[in-house]
Amino acid sequence: MVTEECGKTMKIGILGFQGAVIEHQQHIQQLEQEAVIVRYREQLETIDGLILPGGESTTMGKLLNRTGLMDPLREKILQGLPVWGTCAGMILLAKELEQDPLVHLGVMDMTVKRNAYGTQIDSFDVRMVVPEISNREIPLVFIRAPYITRVGKAVRVLCRVDDHIVAVRERNMLATSFHPELTDDSAFHQYFIGMCRK
Amino acid sequence: MGKYELNKNLAQMLKGGVIMDVTNAEQAKIAEAAGACAVMALERVPADIRRDGGVARMSDPQMIKAIQKAVSIPVMAKVRIGHFVEAQILEAIGIDFIDESEVLTPADELYHVDKTAFKVPFVCGARNLGEALRRIGEGAAMIRTKGEAGTGNVVEAVTHMRQINDDMRRVKNAGTEELMSLAKEFCAPFELVKYVHENGKLPVVNFAAGGIATPADAALMMQLGSEGVFVGSGIFKSGDPEKRARAIVQAVTYYNDPVKLAELSENLGEAMSGLEIKTLENKYAERGW
Repeated sequence: MVTEECGKTMKIGILGFQGAVIEHQQHIQQLEQEAVIVRYREQLETIDGLILPGGESTTMGKLLNRTGLMDPLREKILQGLPVWGTCAGMILLAKELEQDPLVHLGVMDMTVKRNAYGTQIDSFDVRMVVPEISNREIPLVFIRAPYITRVGKAVRVLCRVDDHIVAVRERNMLATSFHPELTDDSAFHQYFIGMCRK
Repeated sequence: MGKYELNKNLAQMLKGGVIMDVTNAEQAKIAEAAGACAVMALERVPADIRRDGGVARMSDPQMIKAIQKAVSIPVMAKVRIGHFVEAQILEAIGIDFIDESEVLTPADELYHVDKTAFKVPFVCGARNLGEALRRIGEGAAMIRTKGEAGTGNVVEAVTHMRQINDDMRRVKNAGTEELMSLAKEFCAPFELVKYVHENGKLPVVNFAAGGIATPADAALMMQLGSEGVFVGSGIFKSGDPEKRARAIVQAVTYYNDPVKLAELSENLGEAMSGLEIKTLENKYAERGW
């Protein structure tokens, strides 16, 4: 699917340790880009961008360490590899977690509060316009979600829900508290593919 | 989007993960450190329930709360089949997921819990597609094989997963005129049979459970199509729970990589001692319908 208008097909990796991997893969494929499930270090060299999916951040963090992917991935992101963390992925990217000494990749200058809304009974969804992403209302789904309690100067806030920061961008890094992969709307995936093209 | 969709979504977040039975806060921390994507809080693991006999009930809320406090991953707990008050109690303490489980002694011989009456999600066991769709029809947000809990013997989980897969293939390949008869044969809601026909899969996440004791068992269930695994007695009844738990977590991620699986299976200490299904006095899988 290489045409003048859409340019080269992007190869988008999805960290495939645990969580909503296939859901992201389907969105990427629907947008006619190549989706690769990343479980091995060598694969980091072959991708144009990486999605850190929703799931359990502690599980993914442990596996990043045990498989030796943590350091090379951090290095890649710092060198400019476009990366997008949804929910658990956002926690992996944060430099600081509230009431938790643990830091995983620690590349985005923000403080994230885990399970910020409570337990599963407090999971919810809303529809909102996120101007940076699209001028349409898009569905935002929060599942035992985190939110951001502090952002550094280089971090741009893309969306707030009830005064809490839930989507941000810092250079090559995008993070969302919610799960666009669980909806039919591909606007966020489209936006991320755009980040990978640049 | 309704509460039910959000609950199915939570189950999606657990995919590719291992849910471990724990009986106290200390075990819960070991499970979390090993990389479990959730823990199941219960007073006795199935192997002990099987050994001790008697009536097995919902766990003490205080013990469940101690586990909720100890970990940040989702905490699940079990209620007896049909015991909707136990479910109300677990919902009141903010549990993340309820397992309406045949491992506990059933409280109702006729009816399962009406899961649509709850905000909190339910997972239920199934031996075949009909049973899975009946539970989903009642509002389950996640399905697991029943297997035969507390045996350390994976054969029943394999049987149930293969049966569900066979049944789904039949529904998928059937002509539309056959669907109502299949719904009748499977005793399953027609709309859900239609969903399986159109999508070739269950409308909710499907995990393996019951008898998984080794990394190879976990990978076997994944290769048979399950989306994650529950490990009950298999971890804390083994010689080195920490090491085994870590190995099973990684086996679920690398279930298709025999070289990795070989590494992970090395030197794990003793596995739990297993039971032959034919010798069992009580088959838990036969509880519920």
